Amino acid sequence: MATKASKTAARLMISPAVILLLMWMIVPLAMTVYFSLLRYNLLMPGMESWAGFENYQYFFSDPAFTSALVNTLLLVGGVLFVSVVGGVLIALLLDQDFWGQGIVRLLVLAPFFVMPTVSALVWKNMFMNPVNGIFAWLFKSVGLQPFDFLTAAPLMSIIGIVSWQWLPFASLILLTAMQSLDSEQLEAAEMDGAPPLKRFWFIILPHLSRAITVVILIETIFLLSVFAEILVTTNGGPGTATTNLTFLVYVQSLLQFDVGLGSAGGVVAIILANIVAIFLMRMIGKNLDA
Amino acid sequence: MARAITPRRKAITTVIAWTIGLLIFFPIFWTVLTSFKTEAEAVATPPRFLMFDWTLENYATVQERSNYFRHFWNSVVISLGSTVIGLIIAIPAAWAMAFVPGKRTKDVLMWMLSTKMLPPVGVLVPLYLLFRDTGLLDTRTGLVIVLTLINLPIIIWMLYTYFREIPGEILEAARMDGATLRSEILYVLTPMAVPGIASTLLLNVILAWNEAFWTLNLTAANAAPLTAFIASYSSPEGLFYAKLSAASTMAIAPILILGWFSQKQLVRGLTFGAVK
Repeated sequence: MATKASKTAARLMISPAVILLLMWMIVPLAMTVYFSLLRYNLLMPGMESWAGFENYQYFFSDPAFTSALVNTLLLVGGVLFVSVVGGVLIALLLDQDFWGQGIVRLLVLAPFFVMPTVSALVWKNMFMNPVNGIFAWLFKSVGLQPFDFLTAAPLMSIIGIVSWQWLPFASLILLTAMQSLDSEQLEAAEMDGAPPLKRFWFIILPHLSRAITVVILIETIFLLSVFAEILVTTNGGPGTATTNLTFLVYVQSLLQFDVGLGSAGGVVAIILANIVAIFLMRMIGKNLDA
Repeated sequence: MARAITPRRKAITTVIAWTIGLLIFFPIFWTVLTSFKTEAEAVATPPRFLMFDWTLENYATVQERSNYFRHFWNSVVISLGSTVIGLIIAIPAAWAMAFVPGKRTKDVLMWMLSTKMLPPVGVLVPLYLLFRDTGLLDTRTGLVIVLTLINLPIIIWMLYTYFREIPGEILEAARMDGATLRSEILYVLTPMAVPGIASTLLLNVILAWNEAFWTLNLTAANAAPLTAFIASYSSPEGLFYAKLSAASTMAIAPILILGWFSQKQLVRGLTFGAVK
């Protein structure tokens, strides 16, 4: 039983967090929306004027926007595909009984803790470099031409790098979910003669479906904002081949100083992220009741 | 588990699992190894595995040329500072929501989570301008403020899921014995909450240490933490693989070790309790 006094105390205890987050959410957000309606370039101070939806028109008619949107979707989709399919396979494997389980789990998890700039630069220079990289050496040693990953297939290369960082996350979460599966159910199915593939399809996969959804939603939130990996490897290029929405807004606002246009892009990014967020929030909200 | 597993099958699984584990880990292993090579050996073909002259000179060079430890210290201050401040704000909030839930507690929690869904690029422009006008650009204070705010929802959520598991009966018993709110928090709750708080701290330090959007955009030379410092290696300058590796090794080693300790809490923290 909560008394009246404790309720008041509780409110006081929650309020700092609520006020801070409210400010954090409303102030910059309102400013972004406001800027997006202005003609506002940092190179021309004092020349701000009302623009209405002009920035949005520019933004949407900019060919860079279309390619940024496509790149964003490919990047998110590609990494999700690798990390979910790979994650399920790795979780299945690590759930088996073998020697050194704990150590292998640590090895698989490790890339998740590597900061984005380090992993991007290590992959770019020490693996994908067409002259000195390990891949170039591997290609040559089997008699193939070395492949210049970041020039010939830049987006694929970035998808590869980012997947390496997120595969461990998916594996760990799916493994955790796998371990809560009732093994008696599997044994019963085995006794009834269900082959491994059927056991996987009808028992394991449905059990994992919830965890897979969570992985997809959370990774999407982070993957929509991939930035550092692009900045240090390709800088968005060649051309706009690896420019995603986040990077495009960065270029427009901090490199071309077009605050209005950059803000319009920011608003578009917020709307995109919100579509994903709604689904994620529903899942988590349901869990809160349970 | 009652199922018997044949030694043969176990041996095969062991080989496959270790192969995959080592392949995934290989880039990290290779980075650490390269950091002990000379620049010439770092690009040698075929790659040198263990037969090379081990050297520590890269570590010395990295420190000498760019004052590595200042950036390391920036990372420490920023990640620890934002985490500790976040905890100070979050602990009372999470405590109140877990033990004195009201009608709207769930809505408040969900709303807090929704702030985390805001893509950083959506507020990049105003924040950059605000920071420029208030002189917070390229300061550790500025980054601590931003990182505290972006990770606050995760801290509150994680603490909340831990606090909720503390049985309420214990608190009631304490109240029956005449404990005040203050002593309830100090002597009953705190000892039970310490493990949860510790793992929240750990996970949040990791997240803040590796944060690479705000740290790259809001810092230049002074307040740059390791994420931004390492990014300066993106413009190649002669032979630099060994130096890059040494700088990288020092940047990831502490967090890798912390991360390995916190792998269990990681799942809970990153899925907001949706997967346990």
